[in-house]
Amino acid sequence: MAIRKYVGIETEFGIVHRGVADSNPIAASSLLINAYLADLERSGEAGGPKVGWDFEDEQPGHDARGSAPEGTLAPEVETHLVNAVLTNGARYYVDHAHPELSTPECADARSVVVFDRAAEQILVQSMRAAASLLPPGQELVIHKNNSDGKGNSYGCHENYLMDRSLPFHRIVSHATAHFVTRQIFTGSGKVGCEALGLTAADVPYQLTQRADFFEADVGLETTLKRPIINTRDEPHADPQKYRRLHVICGDANMSEVATFLKVGTTALVLSMAEDEQLPREFHFQAPVRAMRQVSYDLELGRPLELVDGTTVTALEVQWELLDRARKYADSHGLESVGEEAGRATLERWEAVLTGLEADPSSLADQVDWVAKRRILDGYRERHDLEWDDPRLAALALQYHDLRPDKCLAARAGLQRLTTDAEVTAAMVEPPDDTRAWFRGTCLRKFGPSIVAANWDSMVFDVGSDPLRRVPMMEPGRGTRAHVGTLVAECSSAYELLQRLGS
Amino acid sequence: MAEREQKRKAAPATREAEEVAEAPAKTESGEKLKAELDDLLDEIDDVLEQNAEDFVKSYVQKGGQ
Repeated sequence: MAIRKYVGIETEFGIVHRGVADSNPIAASSLLINAYLADLERSGEAGGPKVGWDFEDEQPGHDARGSAPEGTLAPEVETHLVNAVLTNGARYYVDHAHPELSTPECADARSVVVFDRAAEQILVQSMRAAASLLPPGQELVIHKNNSDGKGNSYGCHENYLMDRSLPFHRIVSHATAHFVTRQIFTGSGKVGCEALGLTAADVPYQLTQRADFFEADVGLETTLKRPIINTRDEPHADPQKYRRLHVICGDANMSEVATFLKVGTTALVLSMAEDEQLPREFHFQAPVRAMRQVSYDLELGRPLELVDGTTVTALEVQWELLDRARKYADSHGLESVGEEAGRATLERWEAVLTGLEADPSSLADQVDWVAKRRILDGYRERHDLEWDDPRLAALALQYHDLRPDKCLAARAGLQRLTTDAEVTAAMVEPPDDTRAWFRGTCLRKFGPSIVAANWDSMVFDVGSDPLRRVPMMEPGRGTRAHVGTLVAECSSAYELLQRLGS
Repeated sequence: MAEREQKRKAAPATREAEEVAEAPAKTESGEKLKAELDDLLDEIDDVLEQNAEDFVKSYVQKGGQ
């Protein structure tokens, strides 16, 4: 049976330091995050701020194919920049000149949506905190997007726990088919085109922010020659049992429905791959080309060439995957993706595909590229503008602006799947049902005794003894149900370690 | 696949019937959507970044992952 698809999202945010002549994005990102941490500390929120990231187990250069082809550049680990663990189990840090926030491990797609929204609110709070430190006339502005419109891209990555025993090539074929075609509902929409040799005259508007930046089918890189399937083999869990599929080709979404479907459908496809319930493999003639063809086709009817000489459309592939997922739910159940979230995914998936097929504009309250396009079309008509008018580029950018008084997505009438109260709680409280609960709760309760933490371990300092590392190699253990009573009964980190027997 | 095709073939007939029954409501909801968009566009004129063009021009990010 497919294993539980524990999921997390890491988002690199766009950052602008306004009011200075030559801004430095690394300094600005550090200022932003440090301002937030200082604010937390002042407000008496225990733990997190003082606890740094532990780099002991980072191996981003390991390749899932066994060995990487010659000339492959392993990603750098930037150990010297601000890097904090938060009490909600998340990691908040500076990466590649961007502020980045990785959500805690979540047990299902709905939980991911809650923590993705909490991440946004942490960034909003960070902007406020930074404003109080900056001289008048200066401001840090954060965007949740993936492109500056000038050829530079930064990612929103998803991570799915998978069974090590599934051969990697099986993941490649099924995941590629899904990643190329799911763009029809995961795209955040982009004005113009940043692919080599094409201009806004060729592609005035496209479904996704990211498709222009993918150049390879499979590979280890994440910043150059980006591949549709990333082979980074760094499970952050027991490497004998698990792998972590590191998905780098998605857009950052403003719509909760889009985030929910992006994660929910992918978790289902990966579960079906593990249980060998996908009899048909869609092998594209040229996956990178297909990815762009889908992104550039607002009519959603573009035939994509398969290696067997036939063609399919993105919608046809998605209908087939949904059809298989329904059968899978009947034959295998939905335990691996969470029963409730799995049911909701199937329903929403069908509703959104039906809408896309009949009339995409009917999804302006659910799909980002449709919501953004509706605003752009309305504005174009009202002011009689051409697609290359800079005001449209400004609107498109402002859709992703996280300042509450500027954010257009917040005004677009997008459906909510979360409540403000649960999002606010998720800024400081971890999810109950993954190992993030143990990480976050220990930081809150025993913060001063914790030296460092990372995804799969925590390091305690309880005085005279040597530092003690507590391994957390099982993402599904360390939940409230599993260790809640134990943690509640312990009044010190020392007692906790004694009782854990480590 | 076959099952879904049957299901989807059956769908248009049902949809047509619903459309007839719900035609007035649909127009209403269409007008409501248009009114909402008009309100939104009014609001956008208020919240659109001052010097939006300069802001876009100066919006340059370092590449990331």
